[in-house]
Amino acid sequence: MGIASEALKNFKGFNLKNLPEVEPVSPGHRACQGCGEVLALRQAMKALGTNVVMCSATGCMEIITSPFPQSAWRVPWIHVAFENAAAVVSGAESAYKAMNRKGIINSPDTVFVGYGGDGATADIGMQALSGALERGHNFIYMCFDNEAYMNTGIQRSSSTPYGAATTTSPAGKKSIGQSTWKKNMPEIAVAHGTPYVATCSPAFPIDLMNKVKKASLVPGPAYLHIYSPCPTGWRCGIEESVEMARLAVQSKVFPLFEVIDGQYFLSRKVAKPKPVSEYFKPQRRFRHLTETEVAKIQARTDADYEKLVAKCVMEAKTKEKPEQEMSIRLDGA
Amino acid sequence: MAKETGFMSWKKLNFGIAITNPGNAAELKTGDWRSMRPETNKEKCTKCAQCYIYCPDMVYSKDAEGYYIQNYYYCKGCGICAHECPVDAITMIQEVD
Repeated sequence: MGIASEALKNFKGFNLKNLPEVEPVSPGHRACQGCGEVLALRQAMKALGTNVVMCSATGCMEIITSPFPQSAWRVPWIHVAFENAAAVVSGAESAYKAMNRKGIINSPDTVFVGYGGDGATADIGMQALSGALERGHNFIYMCFDNEAYMNTGIQRSSSTPYGAATTTSPAGKKSIGQSTWKKNMPEIAVAHGTPYVATCSPAFPIDLMNKVKKASLVPGPAYLHIYSPCPTGWRCGIEESVEMARLAVQSKVFPLFEVIDGQYFLSRKVAKPKPVSEYFKPQRRFRHLTETEVAKIQARTDADYEKLVAKCVMEAKTKEKPEQEMSIRLDGA
Repeated sequence: MAKETGFMSWKKLNFGIAITNPGNAAELKTGDWRSMRPETNKEKCTKCAQCYIYCPDMVYSKDAEGYYIQNYYYCKGCGICAHECPVDAITMIQEVD
């Protein structure tokens, strides 16, 4: 049994009847109307409670919570540059560890959280995050993936999906918008041997809160990839942002899974998948796509999902019959 | 007024421009952003807490009877609550003034 599954043995989840009342992010923040990112942040912070240290990369969630002279944070919070949120949170974690050892403070249960948008995670902060995951600090990294640099005016990032129109990948006669496929950040985190990796979506709040809580219980690094709809950048209705997050899961564009000690678990099996065109339709960033392009994206989405499901099935099989496999291996030897 | 808008004179800032009151953004009035106002029909409401957990602006809170009520000081009028309500108890109403 690995360290993550050991720590999560007696885990009890949240439910809608006993939601925590605590709001570490105060109301009155300046997020756009219908922001899915601050909604995800709010749900995550509700699950974590107040004994946390937050390190924020530059991005929407830094801008909207801390315009001077006001701050929406009721917990310790530091804003650092785009690239080094993971480096700073690992430093804070080490400092607390040393101070606990020397008896200067007594807070062994403090949770350390670094977070950033998809630009701060997949593009600019990639090497700091990779280093922090490799060193194995006891922290959570949350990536709020809204699929472009929304804060500075909808520029493309490596997390922007194929075909999406942004201000730096505009759609036109000779361009279909973003011409590369979305970078698979959760798989990169898994490849580091991270004990706990999960993808979550604010449309499934209990699932999100459970995963955040699990990440805080794991003694070691945890990476959470949180899908964050952005009505401003995606050009969809402000009341539809939760609907978009739900459609992304139902159309297999953003499957929900968790990886505990390298073992894949599908959180939500998509039994009756919706076509990706249904997810694309309310968003103006995909409006220019022709039917052949949509078919191409559909094929790629299906293939990616099949790949993921195959990993989950394979893990489940080896989990079921470990003795048998062992005997085969022994026979072979 | 300074608290509601976030604008204030530099003479009123703390020494070292430190923010000494964590979470003081709660004083900011974001309610004047909205053009539509959500209203709950308590006869239809099943107290399912969907509006509470899907609200990005922490508008909803539980009252003594267990209903979730809006705090219009913060509500930006995005309409997620009305869109997500499973029994259509919440309707968006045009602000008149």
